[in-house]
Amino acid sequence: MAASETDQSGPTMSMDVFRYEPDKDTEPRYQRYEVPYREDWVVLDALNHVKDQIDGTLSFRWSCRMGVCGSCGMMVNGEPKLTCAAFLRDYYPEPIRIDPLNYFPVIRDLIINIDDFLGKLNDVKAWLIPKEEKPVSEGEYRQSPAELAHYKQFSMCINCMLCYAACPVYGQKSEFIGPAGIALAQRYNLDSRDGAAEERHDAIFSDEGIWECTFVGDCTRVCPKNVDPAGAIQQAKVTATNDFFKSMLMPWGNK
Amino acid sequence: MSNDTPTKSKEYIRPMPANWWLTKRTYLLFMIRELTSVFVAAYAVFLLVLAIRRNDPEAFAALLSNPLLIALQVICLPMVVFHTVTWLNLTPKVLVVWRGEERVNPLLIAGAHYVAWAIISIVILSISCP
Repeated sequence: MAASETDQSGPTMSMDVFRYEPDKDTEPRYQRYEVPYREDWVVLDALNHVKDQIDGTLSFRWSCRMGVCGSCGMMVNGEPKLTCAAFLRDYYPEPIRIDPLNYFPVIRDLIINIDDFLGKLNDVKAWLIPKEEKPVSEGEYRQSPAELAHYKQFSMCINCMLCYAACPVYGQKSEFIGPAGIALAQRYNLDSRDGAAEERHDAIFSDEGIWECTFVGDCTRVCPKNVDPAGAIQQAKVTATNDFFKSMLMPWGNK
Repeated sequence: MSNDTPTKSKEYIRPMPANWWLTKRTYLLFMIRELTSVFVAAYAVFLLVLAIRRNDPEAFAALLSNPLLIALQVICLPMVVFHTVTWLNLTPKVLVVWRGEERVNPLLIAGAHYVAWAIISIVILSISCP
């Protein structure tokens, strides 16, 4: 962000930004900003430049600017991206278009309502529920490296919701639990310390769960953390199918 | 979903366009993959009818020489190959095999399916044209 005083000199590029101010607008509009082009700037730097220097009314979310917090996800030229990881140099000199993440209701400008997603994390119980609670005096819940490997990939999720903005199924039917929700349910179901797979069944094996997924696979492609939610969902389908046949063929066996 | 939102004032819901599947290459490829299953089904029906006619050489030959059905097969071949290839490429996403701490290489899993496909095709070919 250094040298922003010398803005007038160097090359610039155009940014068309989705604007929606609920107290003024009934329809959204696009506003064009000329921002300095720097090779080491990301889209988020350009947005912050607009907010600081050009138009303080522009609203967007961001926090860590290093791909960890997952709050700066937006559509960049129609692709869901973490704007802190989308370099201007990959778009320059063409203008770039910034929209709020697809399929979510827009509160204002680039800020979406994420309550639906947070509710889903709650529905699938996306947290560790130990098989048996034990007092702290008995020490930690131990796990081998092999047991860790089974769920580690899914645990990399940062809840940035890019996968939801890539999922046409979620776009058509917002009740769908969606990629990250199911991947996180899998993350805990596959954790050797967790004992609540049974409690998560109803949510993820329901009509709004895994069976809604048609395996478009775009969630996996856009994931900035290589979580592979599409894989998680298909693997959950295999588990559900196996469980179904087991309960049909061996109704006496415990599940 | 929850009701405890203070910002529920006037949210803008962007409608999903009817041509959403044309807006992205990956969506289009997905739709093509889904549509090719119609041709997979069509060819399966054709095979079934052939199987039913297997004891009637004249009807069997008539089916095979019908120009419309030849056209059907010509169209079905690339569709079924596309369907099969895209499907086999996705198998490592579904089938995860662990060897201790290591996940078996996804290429190996897809590769095994291709090898099985080739072997089954060779066996069927060697039975049908001895």
